[in-house]
Amino acid sequence: MMNELKEKYSVVGKRIPKIDAAQKAMGRAEYIQDIKLTGMLYGKLLYSKYAHARILKIDTSKAKALPGVRIVLTGEDVPEKMVMGFYKDNPPLKKGKVTSFRDEVAAVAAVTPEIAKKALDLIEIEYEELEGVFDPEKAMEKDAVLVNETHKSNVLKLPWKLHYGDVEKAEKESAFVVEDRFTTTWVTHCCLGTSGAIALFDANDNLTVYSNTQIRSLAQKDFLESLKAMGLKNKRVRVITPIIGGGFGSKLDTYAYEHVAILLAYKCHKPVKILFDRVEEFKATSTRQPTITYIKQGCDKNGKLTFRDIRMILDNGGRTSWGATTPSVMMMPITTLYRLDNVRFDAKCVYTNNTYSQAMRGYGNPQATFAIESTMDMLAEKVGIDPLEIRRINQNKSGDESPQGFKITSCGLDKCFDALEKELAQEGPKEKGVGVGIASLIHVGGGARIYKSDGCGVILKMDDFGKVDVFTGGSDMGQGLDNITVQIVAEELGLLAEDINVVHSDTDVCPWDVGAHASRSTFVAGNAALGAARKVKEKILEFGSKFLDASPEELVLKNRTVFVSGNPEKSMPIDKLLRKAHFSPGGTMFMADHFYDPENENLGKDFKGNMSAAYTFGAHGVKVKVDEETGKVQVLEYVAAHDVGQAINPLLLEGQVYGGAIMGLGYALTEEVIVKKGEIMNANFRDYKLFTAKDAVKIKAPILETYEKAGPFGAKGVGEPGCVPTAPAVANAIYDAVGVRITDLPITPEKVLAALKAKKEK
Amino acid sequence: MTTNISFLLNGDEISYEIKDHWTLLHLLREEMGLIGTKEGCGNGECGACTVIVDKLAVNSCLYLAVEAHGKIIETIEGLASTDGTLHPLQQSFVDNGGIQCGFCSPGMIMASKALLDENPDATEDEVKHALAGNICRCTGYVQILESVEAAKENLSGRDQ
Repeated sequence: MMNELKEKYSVVGKRIPKIDAAQKAMGRAEYIQDIKLTGMLYGKLLYSKYAHARILKIDTSKAKALPGVRIVLTGEDVPEKMVMGFYKDNPPLKKGKVTSFRDEVAAVAAVTPEIAKKALDLIEIEYEELEGVFDPEKAMEKDAVLVNETHKSNVLKLPWKLHYGDVEKAEKESAFVVEDRFTTTWVTHCCLGTSGAIALFDANDNLTVYSNTQIRSLAQKDFLESLKAMGLKNKRVRVITPIIGGGFGSKLDTYAYEHVAILLAYKCHKPVKILFDRVEEFKATSTRQPTITYIKQGCDKNGKLTFRDIRMILDNGGRTSWGATTPSVMMMPITTLYRLDNVRFDAKCVYTNNTYSQAMRGYGNPQATFAIESTMDMLAEKVGIDPLEIRRINQNKSGDESPQGFKITSCGLDKCFDALEKELAQEGPKEKGVGVGIASLIHVGGGARIYKSDGCGVILKMDDFGKVDVFTGGSDMGQGLDNITVQIVAEELGLLAEDINVVHSDTDVCPWDVGAHASRSTFVAGNAALGAARKVKEKILEFGSKFLDASPEELVLKNRTVFVSGNPEKSMPIDKLLRKAHFSPGGTMFMADHFYDPENENLGKDFKGNMSAAYTFGAHGVKVKVDEETGKVQVLEYVAAHDVGQAINPLLLEGQVYGGAIMGLGYALTEEVIVKKGEIMNANFRDYKLFTAKDAVKIKAPILETYEKAGPFGAKGVGEPGCVPTAPAVANAIYDAVGVRITDLPITPEKVLAALKAKKEK
Repeated sequence: MTTNISFLLNGDEISYEIKDHWTLLHLLREEMGLIGTKEGCGNGECGACTVIVDKLAVNSCLYLAVEAHGKIIETIEGLASTDGTLHPLQQSFVDNGGIQCGFCSPGMIMASKALLDENPDATEDEVKHALAGNICRCTGYVQILESVEAAKENLSGRDQ
């Protein structure tokens, strides 16, 4: 059936190159780095000199006196109610106390970036250094130093706790139980295009912000709140996103640089641009949430899972952003990766004087999956069965409902396992130091109702020439929503890809969308575009039936033509029909709007609810060689098998999987923001070890198609999954190769060597 | 301190009065408005600013503009033909998914061009070596390497 569907399509399912790729290949794409406005000033931020200190005195007089400086602001100049983040503990400029090295304490606007930088050096701040706390487990102790003094304890008041079934009873009845402690550290997005924003006000104090945000509509709301705090009520905010040089979750919240640019622009009556340099990008943007995980899992004598019990401690850093909400997504693999009845989870977010975290590809899922999938292998060993076998025994299936209330409408996990089995089949005897590891994943593939709305709006209009403009709420930061939108609309309207133009950059013309997160764009923005296209199609067919002497049901749109089914001679080019509609007496033009909000649910008080309209699955397998002399792990083969529903564009889909898997390999093996007493020690690409072309691994990415009824043309989301199961697959492979289990990421040669040494001494 | 320099930029003779501390990247982007050359780190670590100077790929953020005097310089803006036809490398990056967010792409393409101009039959290892200084966070390099490989075939086809 699926192949028949595919053959029916002219545009969907095709490997159409990224719509904006030629522009980018020619160096013509404009990023925030490339935008200069007339009269624009350059803003710079000054960060704290200490991880934890009181600000006793700030003297900005010398900075203000520097020629070319237009304004210097400190925390005292920030309106009381201008506070960032969902926990509202983060004013854009801090006063009174700093709680980490990345706390912004002052800002400058000047006529050149060089003068602004010089002015920062002239700001004199007197601090009283305070004792800091850098270990979240120590920060939980009763006599620990308080990071946020308005809070009675360092533990945030957040509700991350659930218990379904009876874990204690199930543990007693289990034939095998394993437990361990897993830790993950800070890693960062490393978008090649650094963060930045330009703010400007018009004569009526309406605000425009150019920002490479992933959340145009929610950023608009945040900026409106800042305006209100500044005493500017009932003003308009327009958010424009230039081409975005990578996102990966880094731009899912609004940051100090945006709000400070707004303040500076308002006070100077000029556009103000703040653009991060690479050091700032490392030090002042948010990382993936680090975790400490205590996990216990059990199974019966055959390997069927009986319970899962997880306690987590999250280093929240000195301020709060979305990192503190990642447990809401960790719950998904914890309760629903494999069939399970008894499950308990408790996560505590703890203030420390470290940097704070945010969203990063996977949103907590990679951390949780690392612990779950490592212990799955430990269980398999205890039972005495193969790692693939234990996963097959417990695999999710279409039609399942998990204890958290997740309804699994389509699940291709079994096909993913088949693909791994085939691709990683071992020939001949096991080589010394070589091992194979696998790990699975579940992720939201049909949006995720984290916010009150999970919707996306689309406005679609056709012109006199058979072309279409699609104004979508969705965002393209390189992942390819442009193509998905083009292909869906072209398919539905019988046009060619080149006939469709997508506008996704401006809140003045694009409808609302909750943001490019949760692998939701293809599913949600895709469905919104499909809905609008269907409405226009209906109008075209109705109008066409007048001229072709047939009912609308008999008409087909294909190859820019409307024709009668089974009688293609009776036809009319679509552009001609559009002109007829427009230029007839009482003329009409074809346009439509559509707001799609998936049928998913907010989690209830007990965290039950069908968070996503569909779930996506995958399984990764990796073959590694471990050098027992040096501890170095070499990746020999990598297979990333994903169930994606239907692939709207396999070329781009593979790109998401490859990119995700390599990002996951970095997470597994090399990447680490090194933090000493709150200070980041490796804020550059020499010391923050990303995979380079030299480390590139040949990845096989079989696309295992199921058909997701709720998805546009059967598709599910796949933006994040590629990096979710990578680290446990690698850890499992290392164990298979040399018999040591590494529970702390990244798995550096030092850790492997230490574990090998400890094993020998046993 | 200022200096007058002359150089050949994408085939055009250019004379420019520059400040001595300017980098070539600053001259191209900030003074001449050639935004195709990107700044990813300003420290010679990411390769986003790669241009070709006298046939060699260089990080223009580390290359002083005064050094450009008398040199032949190629930037991404000079790659496509005047009729708009993309260079085979550009076309190949487009066709093979070598471009996602696109911020590394100009540098990646220039580094690939410097290699293939010199060594049209570069092996995969040689390609990997030549691109080792160009960071990409989106693609995992898989489709970038495929793009260069495909371009190699197209380029050799073009010469025949």
